[in-house]
Amino acid sequence: MLPTLSVLNLNGAVPQIAVAGAGMLIMLIDALFHRGSRRWAAYLALLGLAVALARVVESGASAETILDGALARDGLGMAFALVLIVAAALSVLVAMDYLRREEHERAEYYALILFATAGGLAMAMANDLVAVFIGLETLSISLYVLSAFFTGDAASREAALKYLLLGAFASAFFLYGIALLYGASGTTRLVEMGTAIRLAGTQADPLLWGGVALIIVGVGFKLALVPFHSWAPDVYQGAPTSVTAFMSVASKVAAFAALVRLLVVVLAPAAPLTSALLALLAVLTMTVGNILALAQDEVKRLLAYSSIAQAGYILVAAVAGEVGAAAVLFYLLGYAFTNLGAFAVVLAWSRRGEGRLPFSDLAGLGFRRPWTAAALSLFLLSLTGMPLTVGFVGKLYLFGAAVQAGWTWLAIVAVLNSVVSAFYYLRLVVIMYMREAEMPLALQRAGLALGVALAVCAAGVILLGLVPGVALDWARQAVAVVLS
Amino acid sequence: MLQYAWLVLVFPLAGVLINAFFGYRLGRRACGALATVAVALSFLWGVGILAGLLNLPAEAREVHLALWDWIVAADLHVGLSLLVDPLSVVMLLVVTGVGALIHLYSNGYMREDPDYARFFTYLNLFIVGMLLLVLADNFLLLYLGWEAVGLCSYLLIGFWYQKKSAADAGKKAFIVNRVGDFGFALGIMLIFATFGTLGFREVFERAPVTLQAGGAVATAITLLLFTGAIGKSAQIPLYVWLPDAMEGPTPVSALIHAATMVTAGVYMVARTHVLFALAPVSSAVVAAIGTLTAIYAATIALVQTDIKRVLAYSTISQLGYMFLAVGVGAYAAGIFHLTTHAFFKALLFLGAGSVIHALGGEQDMRRMGGLFSKLRVTGITFVVAWLAISGIPPLSGFFSKDEILAAAYHSGNVPLWLIGLITAGLTAFYMSRAVFLTFFGDSRVSHEAAHHLHESPPTMTVPLAVLAVLAAIAGLGASAFNGFLEPVFEGAHAAEAGGLPEAALIALSVLAAVVGIALAWLMYQRRAIAPERIGARVPSLHRLLYNAYYVDYGYQRLVVRPLHALAQWLARSFDLGVIDGIVNGVPALVSGMSRRLRGWQSGYVRRYALSLVFGVVIVTTVALVMVRTI
Repeated sequence: MLPTLSVLNLNGAVPQIAVAGAGMLIMLIDALFHRGSRRWAAYLALLGLAVALARVVESGASAETILDGALARDGLGMAFALVLIVAAALSVLVAMDYLRREEHERAEYYALILFATAGGLAMAMANDLVAVFIGLETLSISLYVLSAFFTGDAASREAALKYLLLGAFASAFFLYGIALLYGASGTTRLVEMGTAIRLAGTQADPLLWGGVALIIVGVGFKLALVPFHSWAPDVYQGAPTSVTAFMSVASKVAAFAALVRLLVVVLAPAAPLTSALLALLAVLTMTVGNILALAQDEVKRLLAYSSIAQAGYILVAAVAGEVGAAAVLFYLLGYAFTNLGAFAVVLAWSRRGEGRLPFSDLAGLGFRRPWTAAALSLFLLSLTGMPLTVGFVGKLYLFGAAVQAGWTWLAIVAVLNSVVSAFYYLRLVVIMYMREAEMPLALQRAGLALGVALAVCAAGVILLGLVPGVALDWARQAVAVVLS
Repeated sequence: MLQYAWLVLVFPLAGVLINAFFGYRLGRRACGALATVAVALSFLWGVGILAGLLNLPAEAREVHLALWDWIVAADLHVGLSLLVDPLSVVMLLVVTGVGALIHLYSNGYMREDPDYARFFTYLNLFIVGMLLLVLADNFLLLYLGWEAVGLCSYLLIGFWYQKKSAADAGKKAFIVNRVGDFGFALGIMLIFATFGTLGFREVFERAPVTLQAGGAVATAITLLLFTGAIGKSAQIPLYVWLPDAMEGPTPVSALIHAATMVTAGVYMVARTHVLFALAPVSSAVVAAIGTLTAIYAATIALVQTDIKRVLAYSTISQLGYMFLAVGVGAYAAGIFHLTTHAFFKALLFLGAGSVIHALGGEQDMRRMGGLFSKLRVTGITFVVAWLAISGIPPLSGFFSKDEILAAAYHSGNVPLWLIGLITAGLTAFYMSRAVFLTFFGDSRVSHEAAHHLHESPPTMTVPLAVLAVLAAIAGLGASAFNGFLEPVFEGAHAAEAGGLPEAALIALSVLAAVVGIALAWLMYQRRAIAPERIGARVPSLHRLLYNAYYVDYGYQRLVVRPLHALAQWLARSFDLGVIDGIVNGVPALVSGMSRRLRGWQSGYVRRYALSLVFGVVIVTTVALVMVRTI
C-alpha cells in the first residue's frame, strides 16, 4: 500500500525540503544562467537555511512523525537540527571570501553544503535506522565531493579518495549493524525496536550486541573516535579549509544526534553495556587525540586532532545516556561557534593556495591583527575550557553529567585531558602575542562575510559563556521531548 | 533607580576597556579625564542610589538585584547579584567619591609618566573590583572582587616594575595576601559545606538556626574569614606587605593602601556580623588582634623617617582601631571610622605626595622642614588631616575614634580601651612629629630641591581641599550616619555598661591627643627635649622600633629562608632527580607515543583500513564478552 500524502506529513519536512530544494535550485540556476560571480549561490544557500531555521524555531517540537514514521519531529531532533543549520549557515559565510581568493568559487560548493546539511538533518530527526543510513550517506557523499573540491590540488584529491574508501568501508559495518539489529528485533523503526528490546528481554542476545557494536563503529567513524579516527587528520588537512571547518562541526552534530537518540530510545535497557563501550572509546579518543595534538606544528592539523579530542569529551556525557543528552546538545552548540570561529581565523590568515598555517606564521599577529588575534585567542580559550567562555560551561555540564551518572573516574580522566589540551591551545596564544615574526605573513584583507561569521562566533562564545541559562534551559526542554 | 545600580560598575568598566585598547591613542589628557569622569559618574550614580534608598522605609532598605545566573549546578548557584543596603551604599560612596578625587589628583601627579594609559586602566580596574567587592550579594562574588583588587594592588605597587624594589614589593604583597586569601577561601568553602549556599541572604537567615552559637563550626568559619581580613587589611601577623607597598605611586598608596582596599577586611567582618555574633571567641580574637596591631604599628611609626612609611604604619594602626570596633560589636562605629579615615588618610597621602612631588621625589623627612610657607594649600590641608587623625574636636577623627574607644570601654574590655587610648596618644605624637619635621622648623631641604620647590597644580590641590573639608566636617554627621546604618546591624548593639561617664571618656581621649601633640611640639618644634638624646639613651629600643621589631628580618630568617633552603634542596635533589625525570620523561614518553601513534598515520589507506578493522574487533569483542556477563 502506498502511503497517502497525509501520512507523509510533508508540512513537517519543510526544513529538509527548504535546504535540499535550495541546493537543487542553485544547481539549476547555475546550469541555466551560468555567468560571472557565484555570490548569489551563497545568498540563496543562506536563504534556504534561513527558511529551514525559521521553520524549526517556529514549529517547535511535537510528537509527530514525518514521511510515514521515518523521521521524528520531536524536541531532540529539532534541537540538533537547529544547531546543524546554524553551523551550515556559518560555514557558508566563512567560505564565501575564501573560495573567491582561491579561485574556486563555484556554485556547486554551496549546493553540496546544503545537500550535506539535508543529510545531517535526516540523521538528527531519523526515527528509522534506514533513514539514519540514508542521511549518513547523503552527508558523507556530499563531504567526499567537497573534500575534492580543489580539483587542482593533489592533497585535496587524495583526501577525498581516502575519505571515500574508508567511509565506504565504515558504512558497510554500519549497514551490517542495521541488519543484525533488524534480526534481533524484527524492525528498523527505532521506537518499535526499543519496545521490542524492552519487552522481549533480549538484552543478552548476541545478535543485538553484535548489531550495537557495529552501529557504534559506523557512528564512531563519522565522529572520528579512536580507533576509527585514522582518516580524520589526513582528510582534515587535505580538504579545503572551509570544508574542514564544516566537516568538523556538521558531521559531529549529525552523528551525535543519531547516537543520542539511539541511546535514549533504543538502548536504554542495555545502558551498562553501551556505557562501558562508549567510556572505553571516550578515554581512547580524548587521550590519543590530545597526545597527537601535542606534537603538531601546524594549525589546521592541530585543530583536526583537537576536534578528535573534543569528540571524546562529548562522548563522556553520551556515556551518561539520557542524563547527558542536554549537555551533549549544549556543548555542540557552543562547539559549533568555537570551532567554526577558529577555522575562520585560519581561513583569514592562511597563505593563498596553501592549506597549511604553520605556527611560525602566527608570530606577532597578536599586534598586527589585534581583533582577529583576540578572536582566535577567545576560541582557543573556549576550546580549553576557560571560565566566561562557552567551553567552560559546556565542559562543566558534560563532565557534570558523567559524575551524576556515576562515571566519576571518567570525568576525572576528561578533566586531566583538558589540562593537557591547555598546553597546545595556549601555545598558539603565546606565539601570537609573545613571539616576533621572522618572516611576517603577507595578510590579505578578510572579507565582510568572514568578518560577520567571526563576529557571530565570538558573540556566541561569549554570550553562551556569560548567560548560559537560556540555552541550557532550551537544551534541557528539547531533549525531554523524545519520541519513544 | 535602584534596579539600575549595576551601572556604577559599567562606567569604570567602560573606562578600563577604552583606556586599555585606545588609551595611548587618546592622549594623556583625554585618557586621564576619561578615567576620572568614569569614576565621578559612578559616584553621582551612587548618590542617586543613596537617594533611592532613603526614599524607602528604613526596614526595607535592602535590595537584592539578581542580574544573571552564570552557573547553576545542583546546589551551586553562581551569578552576578548585587546587594544594595546602607552598608554597601556607604562603601560605594566612599570608594567612588575618594576614588574620583584621587583619579583627579593622579592627572597631575602622573603628568610626566609615559605609561599613563596603563596606570589609569589599572586604577579604573581597581574601582571595578572594589565595587564588585562591596556590592556583592554572595561570597563568591565577594571573593572575586577581593581577588580583583588584590591583583590591581599587585599591578600598581609594581607599577614602576623597572625598579627592583617596586617589583619585589608587589610580589611580597601578593604572596603575603595568598596566605590570608587561602584562609578566606577555606572559610567560604566551609560556609558552602555548612549552608549549601553562598548567598548572603540565605546564609545570614539560616545561620542562627544552622549554627550553634559559640559552636566549633561558627568559630571556624569566622576565624577563617578573619584570616582573609588579616591579610587584606594588614593586621598582625600579615601586615608586613603594606609598608613595602609604598613603592607604588603615591595616589595608589592613598586610594588602595589607605582609603579603600585595605579596609575591605573591616567591611567583610561587618558584612558577616551575623556569623561573628554567633562566635564570641572569634569576635574577641578580632578585637584583640585589632588592638594589638593598633598599638604595635603606632610604636613603629614613632621613629620612621620616611614620610610614606609613617603613614603606612599609621594606616595599619588605624585599621587596628576599626577591627577593635567590629570586634566589640560596634559595627557602625567601625564603618564610621573607616569612612573618616578614608578622608583624612587619603588626604595625608595625597599631601605627602604633593610634598614629594614638590621636592622632586624626596621622601625622607630629615631632608624636609619649613615647607608650610612654600606649599600653602598642601600645608593647610595636611594640618587639617593631622588634627583630624589626632582626634582634636570637632574634626572627624575625634568623633569616630571616640566612638570606638567608648564602645570598647562599654563592652567591658577595659584593657582594650586603655591600649586604644594610649595608641591615640601615640598617634597624635607621631603625626605631630611628621608635621613638624615636614612643614615647620628650619628647612633642611637640599639646595637643588629648594630651587625647584613649587606648589602642585590645581588638579592636585583641588582634591586636597575637598578632602580637607570632608576630613574636617564629616564627624558632625556621626549620628545621622549611625542611624542610617542601624538597620543593617540590627541586634548587634554594643553593650551599654556603667563605669566612667561619657564626658570623662571624651576628656581622656582629648587629653591623650593633646599630650601627644604637646610632647611632639616640645621635641621637634621647640627642641626642648632632643629626640636624639632619648634615642641615644635607649639605643636598642630605638633600633628595635626603627627596624619595625625586626619582623621582616624574622620572617626572612624563619619563613623565607627555610622555605628557600627547602626549595633549593628540592631543586637539587627532588627536582633534578624526580621532577626533571618526569618532565623529561613525559615528553619523551608522549613524543614516543606520538611517534608510535603517528606511525599509524602513514597516509596509506590500507593501514587505515586495518586500524579500523582492529577497532571493530575490539568493540565487538568487548560487546560479546559483556553479553556473557549480563
